[in-house]
Amino acid sequence: MKPDYERPVIQKLNTGLLNKFGSRTEQRPVKQIEGVAISDLMDQYGSPLFVISEKKIRQTYRRALKAFTMRYPKVQFAWSYKTNYLDAVCRVFHQEGSWAEVVSGFEYRKALGNGVPGNLIIFNGPDKSTEDLQMAVDNRSLIHIDHFDELYALIELLEGTEKRARVAIRVNMDTGVYPQWDRFGFNYESGEAWNAIMKIVTQKNLDLEGLHCHIGTYMLTPGAYSVATQKMCELAQATANRTGVKVKYIDMGGGFCSSNTLKGSYLQGVDVIPTFDDYAEAIVNTIMHFGFRPDELPLLILETGRALIDEAGSLLGTVLAAKRLSDGRRATILDIGVNILFTSFWYNHRISPAQEFTQHAEEMALYGPLCMNIDCIRESVSLPLLKRGDRVVIHEVGAYNMTQWMQFITLRPNVVMIDTNGKVHLIRKNETMESIVEQECLPDHLKDFTL
Amino acid sequence: MNIRKNIAISESGFIFNPLTGDSFSVNETGLFVLRKLKAEENEETILKAFQEEFELDRNTAEIDLNDFLSMLKSYQLTAYEEA
Amino acid sequence: MKRRKITVGVTGLNNIDSPGPGIPVIRALKESREFDVRIIGLSYETLEPGIYMQELVDKVYQLPLPTAGTTVLKERLQYIHEAEKPDVIIPNFDAELHNFIKISQWMQEELNMATFLPSRDAFEERQKAELNKFGEKYGVRVPASHMISQVQGLKKLEEEIDYPMVIKGRYYDAYIVSSLEQASSYFYKIVAKWGYPVIVQEFVNGTDVNVTALGNGKGTCIGAVPMRKLYITDKGKAWSGISLEDDKLMEISRNIIEKSQWRGGCELEFIKTRKEEYYLIEMNPRFPAWVYLANGCGQNHAEALVKMALGEEVKPFTQYRSGKMFIRYSYDMIVDISEFEKISTAGEK
Repeated sequence: MKPDYERPVIQKLNTGLLNKFGSRTEQRPVKQIEGVAISDLMDQYGSPLFVISEKKIRQTYRRALKAFTMRYPKVQFAWSYKTNYLDAVCRVFHQEGSWAEVVSGFEYRKALGNGVPGNLIIFNGPDKSTEDLQMAVDNRSLIHIDHFDELYALIELLEGTEKRARVAIRVNMDTGVYPQWDRFGFNYESGEAWNAIMKIVTQKNLDLEGLHCHIGTYMLTPGAYSVATQKMCELAQATANRTGVKVKYIDMGGGFCSSNTLKGSYLQGVDVIPTFDDYAEAIVNTIMHFGFRPDELPLLILETGRALIDEAGSLLGTVLAAKRLSDGRRATILDIGVNILFTSFWYNHRISPAQEFTQHAEEMALYGPLCMNIDCIRESVSLPLLKRGDRVVIHEVGAYNMTQWMQFITLRPNVVMIDTNGKVHLIRKNETMESIVEQECLPDHLKDFTL
Repeated sequence: MNIRKNIAISESGFIFNPLTGDSFSVNETGLFVLRKLKAEENEETILKAFQEEFELDRNTAEIDLNDFLSMLKSYQLTAYEEA
Repeated sequence: MKRRKITVGVTGLNNIDSPGPGIPVIRALKESREFDVRIIGLSYETLEPGIYMQELVDKVYQLPLPTAGTTVLKERLQYIHEAEKPDVIIPNFDAELHNFIKISQWMQEELNMATFLPSRDAFEERQKAELNKFGEKYGVRVPASHMISQVQGLKKLEEEIDYPMVIKGRYYDAYIVSSLEQASSYFYKIVAKWGYPVIVQEFVNGTDVNVTALGNGKGTCIGAVPMRKLYITDKGKAWSGISLEDDKLMEISRNIIEKSQWRGGCELEFIKTRKEEYYLIEMNPRFPAWVYLANGCGQNHAEALVKMALGEEVKPFTQYRSGKMFIRYSYDMIVDISEFEKISTAGEK
């Protein structure tokens, strides 16, 4: 094959709609990640393969931290475990100084396992069993109460004991953005949050240490954080004035955008998302102007997940086939399915070929290998001509994919981390037949059959 | 398979079908095939020429050429053939 | 006076039945007394009529669609810069402004291409969903509007707003409704098409009056011409309009441009009630398609914008002629397919 061979292509000129300059965006070969050749990675660790850049995590974390610390004296990040709880990833964040933010007993134990001191674990979410609560109380963890049932369960648990629990409430509120997340925590406007606070401060076993909110996800308007911060400050002040309890911290949760492009967004994510500085400005300005005494400024806790890890993750895959749909459209099948790329349901992920390619590009649908109609990675994307065996890189997949992935008809792949010196470490082994079948139990009467 | 007689093929790879008013663009490889078709060469000779010109193995040449010819057909650039 | 030679890139060449402002802007520039303008047309689609108007557009380049993002746009502008060295670029589409505003400083510093665009904040605060805040901030009457994300919200609003009300999408579409049933049905239609939230607005009865205006970004309104549409097409676009003499409207418009420190061209859409109250309905962040009327009334806004883009001081226009009309017409150009071939295969012509 001549090196510059390109398969013959004909394209109908649809009087404009998608001109070729409009579809050049994703067409640059990406042949290495942090200096490591993609071909080497895939030869050694297989396909598909998740690759995480430790350097990118640290860089992003430091950028976010700096945006806040240059504006505010007391800032603490807590790593959102649900976004990516691979131990290697968590420990990078803990090395950088992050506490742990968990939303289940499983995550809580993972944080303990990673060596996070119990008093630096924030326990969020609507699902905390009595056992979980007991563990959190014993470890002096920060329990962020989500609903009255949980509050009363905690009160009952501590009744008659000398133990004390460190608690905060999660508050939900109207910040002018849609949809309003009112399913978590206690509502601000209705006075429910206030009722919860009053209940807590009258309990001898409960110490109200903070207030928590988390106003949404992929928040494009920093202004919403100003509104939320204002309401949190007002709640903190009202609590101090009327009960004498001064909360030590305000936890503004997460929700900062990564530069992925949401489906249905007209513009590219990277062109519209606010920067860490924009978010920091919105939050810190509001606190600073609120009128706390300088020595009584609350600690500001942030639980941002997506924006810290998304960019550090890439997913490498291989083209299985290039075929035609009945209407003549090109369809390319990858070995990456939606079961390991959950985020393809809401993002138009950026995709690059991992080898040199020829000039021409074509519109195509990108499908995964699952024998399921929903298995579509991109409905329509313009990419260079891809053929069986070609390799691709899917960018910005670090958030949620390695926690929400499903084992379906095949096994979940290896995850490697490239350290800051360019050395590659396997951080999660690919599953094997044994790792899946081991969990199963077969009743005796089903052991034998003849066909 | 024959390409329609009145189809205009320009040097730049711009194809105009005056029968339907549609226009298309092809890449250089496509242009090579279209010219052979215009010269009324049969598919077997085109396949050989295509394979030799681009130094392809037989299977790749066949897959790529068939895909291209099927697109020409779906765009109604080929003369109508009785099934 | 010898006219200075400059090169200006202009988008919005879609001079169709619902036209973009590009060709009107180009015509005004071609009539400039100070500049001898070479026009670089910038197109998105291959059938934009301006591409084929050789007497007005000297050279045409396709631009990547705004969806492709600023990285690709920068590359394309770099290419155009090397070939043509345009001095000024005038973007005319709402959808492309976000990207141009984002890279305008880069364009100036790296390519020496000047623009004259509103700041990001000014651009954002006049968005439809923000109209209430905008009105409050600049002391302009706006129809009371609410954003709702649940159909039950309509029932609640019945206490505040009388029927008829206007149900609007975040970016496009507006329906006048006179009952809860009608309102709910349009609520769902809009949600299906444009998503949440839905804007519910007080219906203001009166006459549409529009103003094309130009601000210098430092709190001075350089020019403004008010117009009433005399006849609209079935697409709701002006077929014909007439310039008005309306001091109160001019004062309100100038006030908005000055207080918001608007930089560049814009269109203010008002409704004037019987009681002679003016309600601002929308502020479009670019010249309207009828901007050539301003030139016809004695204010060449396009020329003034180019001068300001080049960093020159421009004194505000002090007068315009009322009673000037524009009447839009369509015109069939005859073009050989080879012209279409050039733009569709090479992306320039």
